[in-house]
Amino acid sequence: MIEVQHLTKRYGAFTAVNDVSFRVEKGEVLGFLGPNGAGKTTTMRVLTGYIPATDGRAVVAGYDVFEQPLDAKRRTGYLPETPPLYPEMTVREYLNFVAKIKGVPSKERQARVERVMTRTYTADMASRACGKLSKGYRQRVGLAQALIHNPEVLILDEPTAGLDPKQIIETRRLIKELGGDHTIILSTHILPEVAQTCGRVVIINKGRVVAVDTPANLTGRLRGSETMFVQAEGSAGDLAAALQRVNGVTRVATTDSRDGVSAFEVDSQAGRDVRRDIAQAVVGGGFGLLELRPMRMSLEEIFLSLTTEEGVTEAAHE
Amino acid sequence: MNNILAIAHKELRSYFASPIAYVVIGFFALVFGWMYASILNFFVMQSMQAGFGQGPQTINVNQMMFRPLILNMTVIFLIVLPLITMRTYSEEKRSGTMELLLTSPVTDVQIIVGKFLGAMALYCVMLAVTLIHFLVLFAFGSPEWKPLLTAYLGLVLFGGCFIALGLFISSLTKNQIVAGVATFCVFLLLWVIDWIGGAFGPRTEAVLKYISMTGHLDDFVKGVIDTKHIVYYLSFITFGLFLTARSVDAERWRG
Repeated sequence: MIEVQHLTKRYGAFTAVNDVSFRVEKGEVLGFLGPNGAGKTTTMRVLTGYIPATDGRAVVAGYDVFEQPLDAKRRTGYLPETPPLYPEMTVREYLNFVAKIKGVPSKERQARVERVMTRTYTADMASRACGKLSKGYRQRVGLAQALIHNPEVLILDEPTAGLDPKQIIETRRLIKELGGDHTIILSTHILPEVAQTCGRVVIINKGRVVAVDTPANLTGRLRGSETMFVQAEGSAGDLAAALQRVNGVTRVATTDSRDGVSAFEVDSQAGRDVRRDIAQAVVGGGFGLLELRPMRMSLEEIFLSLTTEEGVTEAAHE
Repeated sequence: MNNILAIAHKELRSYFASPIAYVVIGFFALVFGWMYASILNFFVMQSMQAGFGQGPQTINVNQMMFRPLILNMTVIFLIVLPLITMRTYSEEKRSGTMELLLTSPVTDVQIIVGKFLGAMALYCVMLAVTLIHFLVLFAFGSPEWKPLLTAYLGLVLFGGCFIALGLFISSLTKNQIVAGVATFCVFLLLWVIDWIGGAFGPRTEAVLKYISMTGHLDDFVKGVIDTKHIVYYLSFITFGLFLTARSVDAERWRG
C-alpha cells in the first residue's frame, strides 16, 4: 500500500532523511518512532506530497507521489503536526470545505461531514469556530479532516500530542479501529503508544532507519544474548555456582539476596533455550525454584540503545 | 473548476468572517464619499459660474465628474488593496493551513486562481459601492453611461493587476505586515514610475510610461476600449499569477 525506496531529503548541506526504505501493507498500522528532529515529519511530508524528495521513490496506494501527485493525494488523509484549521470557520464549515477540496461529491458531503464528526467525538462542537477550540478538540478536528474523504492511507503526525489521558485512550482506540480499513502510518515519540496501536514499528534516528520490526520482536530480539530472571531459595553463593555450571550460561549476576531468597540475572548464548536446564540445576541442587522468566527490554530501553548506538557509529564515521 | 470555486468561496468567506472586509469596505466608502462630495461641490460651483458666463466653455459631467472621481478612487485602492492581499498566502503559511491545501488533490494553479478570484470578488464589492454615487449623477443629470461602463471594465482590470502582484508578494513571506508594506511600496512605485519622465532619454520614458499602471486606465475612462491596454493589464495579471506559482513551488523545495 505504501512503499518507500531509498528516500533522501536534503536541505542544503543538512540531510533530514537519509536513504530511508520501508513498506506498509494494506490495513497495517505502522508506528514511526524517533526522537525529535529524527526526520519523521519530513518523511511524512514527502509521502503526502507536501515537499518533494531529493532522491528516491515513494508510492502511496499504487501511485507515485512525484509522478501522479493528485491521484496519490486523493487517497491520502493527512494530519500534520499542527492541525491545519481556519480559525474563523466553524467546525462544520471547515470540514465541508475540506470535503470539497478533497473531492467528496456534493451529494455525499453532508452525510460524510456528520459521520466524521460523530466518529471523532466533535459533533457537539459543530458550530463552534475552530479558533476557539481547546487543544484536544483541535487535534480531533484535525483527525476528522484527515478522514473526511475516506482515504485508503492515513498519515498521522503525532495524533495524540496535546491530548489529555482520556482523549489519548479514545484516539488510540479510534486509530486501532481505523486500521484494517485504512493503512496507517503514525509518528510518535511516546513508546507505549506504539506498543498499543501499531502492528509494526520503524525506528528512525538522524534521518536513518535503525530498525523495522513488530513491537514484540523488537523487545525480544534486541539483545545479543538472552537474559533470564531466576529467583530461588538457598544461599546465593551455592546457587550462583550451580547456575554457572549450566551449559550455555555465559554470566550470572546476583541482583538480590535476603531472607534466604536470592535473585539472579542469567545471561545465555543467543538462540539457545536454557530454561529447562536452569530449572533442573536449581531443583536438582535442592534449592526451591520460585521464579524463572525471560527478561525483555522495554521499548524505552530498545529505543535508547538503538538511537545511542547509532550515535556512536555516526561519531565514528566523522 | 469546482476546486477553484471552493477556494475562492473560502477566501471571500474568510474576509467577511474577520473584520477585514468590513473595515476595508467601510473606510473605502467613507473616503470615496468625501471625495465625491468635494468634487460634486466644485462641479456645482463651476456650472453656476458657467450660468453667469464666467466658467469653462463646456460643462461635461463625464469629463468633470467621472474622470477625477475614478482617478481618486484608484488612489484609495493603492492603499486598500495591499490590506486585502497581504494575508492571502502569509496567513496560510503561518498557521499551517498551507499544508492542508498543498496535500489536497488540487493543483497550485487552482489554489492561486481561487485566491485571486476571492480577492477580486471583494474588490468588486467595493466597486459596487461606488456605483451608488454614479447613479445619483444619472438621477440629476444626463451623463453618458457607456464611458462609465468602460471605466469600470478598466478598474476591474487595474485592480486585477494589483491583486495578482499582491498575491505574489504575500506568497514570499509568513509575515502579513511585511507583505502589506512591501505590496504598498511596490504599488506606489508602479504609480510614480513614469514621473521621472525624460531624464533618461525618450526611449526610457516611453518604456516607463508603458509600465506605469494608471496611464493605461485613462482611455477606459474616456470610453475608449483599446486592445493595447487590455493586453497590458491581462499580461500583467498573468505574470503576477505566474510569479506566485513559481514562488509557491520554490517554497516547496526549500521546505
